[in-house]
Amino acid sequence: MGKAWKFGENLNTDEIIPARYNLTIEPKELAKNVFCEIKPDYARFVKPGDVIVAGNNFGCGSSREHAPVAIKGSGAACVIAASYARIFFRNSINIGLPILESPEAAAEIMEGDDVEVDPAAGIILDRTSGKTYQARPLPPFVLKIAEAGGIVNFLKNHDLEELL
Amino acid sequence: MGTLVEEIFSQKAGRKVEAGEIVLLDVDFIMSHDNTTPLAIKAFREIGKPIFDKNKIVISFDHAYPAPNMQAAENQKKITDFMKEQGIKHFYHQGICHQVMIEEGYVTPGAVIVGGDSHSNTYGAFGAFGTGFGSTEIGVAWVTGKAWFRTPETILIRIEGKAPPGVYAKDVMLSIAGLMGMDGATYKSVEFIGSYIDALPMHERIIFPNISTEIGAKCGLITPDATTLAFLEKQTRAAPPFKSIRPDHPHYEQVIDIDVSALTPQVACHPDVDHVKPLPEIEGLPIDEVFIGTCTNGRYEDLEVAAAILKGHKVNPFTRTIITPASVIVYQKALKNGLIDIFHEAGCTIGVVGCGACIGRHGGLLAPGERAFTTMNRNFIGRMGSAESEIYLGSPAAAAATAIEGKIADPRRYQEVL
Repeated sequence: MGKAWKFGENLNTDEIIPARYNLTIEPKELAKNVFCEIKPDYARFVKPGDVIVAGNNFGCGSSREHAPVAIKGSGAACVIAASYARIFFRNSINIGLPILESPEAAAEIMEGDDVEVDPAAGIILDRTSGKTYQARPLPPFVLKIAEAGGIVNFLKNHDLEELL
Repeated sequence: MGTLVEEIFSQKAGRKVEAGEIVLLDVDFIMSHDNTTPLAIKAFREIGKPIFDKNKIVISFDHAYPAPNMQAAENQKKITDFMKEQGIKHFYHQGICHQVMIEEGYVTPGAVIVGGDSHSNTYGAFGAFGTGFGSTEIGVAWVTGKAWFRTPETILIRIEGKAPPGVYAKDVMLSIAGLMGMDGATYKSVEFIGSYIDALPMHERIIFPNISTEIGAKCGLITPDATTLAFLEKQTRAAPPFKSIRPDHPHYEQVIDIDVSALTPQVACHPDVDHVKPLPEIEGLPIDEVFIGTCTNGRYEDLEVAAAILKGHKVNPFTRTIITPASVIVYQKALKNGLIDIFHEAGCTIGVVGCGACIGRHGGLLAPGERAFTTMNRNFIGRMGSAESEIYLGSPAAAAATAIEGKIADPRRYQEVL
């Protein structure tokens, strides 16, 4: 359970974390500068379990994995967006950051709402409005990576062929 | 039977592959650079398995190179130690990764190349499947030699006509970005065809796949032809025979027709790549810095266009003008043919080959309140430094004219075409 932090459309990876802060790969260090240009309060006040809510094409731009790592490192429970840019989507699944796709939740959840999420089931509950949302299910092979907690964990016990 | 991406995937998989299918493909090359390799090494160590084939791995130092600070220096030492430990030989530090991949002959028709850089789509100009990956997946590819893909549906962009003088591939592709938007091709393959593309030399064709990233595409592809093969043989280290690859009775999800005959120079305005306007509409906007370079427009022919405009002129004294050749090969040719002299005499500064100012690490950062006109492919907020600066994108010709006037200027005035 946590607070919703709301962002707009086409949020790009430079806005998630500018390249000049990408020289570290430590999640906690990256988290200090996450969203620093567009929502500096986020890094100061985010609490574990808070959620990020945004519009279409979340995470567009560069391939930098520092972006989802910074979000995960900040303690956010998940991202809820109307849609995701492709590299950000792959990166998030690969590093075990839960991402939920729900255009309705993305449009209706307001900044500061009290939100509860079950990432595995894809269920989003906005306690402030009382509304429940079902996120779009992940494709089965992507779910296998997500359920393992990321591609690194998956590969420790499986071969890539087992995704198919 | 299939679109170009279906044909590439089918050849690679050894069976017929259609859009929507998930495939696991052997990758030909796995590219990463100084910014994305450290996290790939972390993933590699955590997986704890050996490298599948070190000859598939290509590593470039270009993003923050030569190291502008201690953190970058430490990252590069870590990568260098890793390459020595693993016996990785394909290591480069004399140019932008994508330019080096082309020059060194890694990019050939039908190849499947994954890159730890979003602009790996660039390789599609040669009929190779190139796409951007995050670092962890680069580490996975090192270990497995493979990558999974959902075979994308294809949007066909058919470009006809002859562009008027002063209008370049950059202007055409920016107009397409404006038309389609930043998520107009998300998860899709985009094929560029038509009489306009057929007539273009390779350095101009490269623009289309390169900027396909900015409309969300998984890959941007152009069918290889005689121009492609001649370029590969004469201007790269790639050795024939090259694979023959072309669409065969393709089914396209969407077809977009564009005629460039009446196009004017275009500019992507602050702060999005799809915020595109005809240059004449924003002429006169004061500019503090002009930057010519990058994986989009830092090639020899781009510098040649800029030099033709700058020759005999001085850049505006309050417009810092930085020119960064995409690679040492480009730099040497520019030096030999007198372009560097022209730039110096015009008052420009030559930057170190590599990505330079494009990612706001070094070589031309912007202060709050400043505005840049660049030949980059991305103008996101804060990309070149301050979040309170602005970036405008256009062709090398427009950048050169802008440098002279200190404000956004129409290059056609300097090309005797208006």
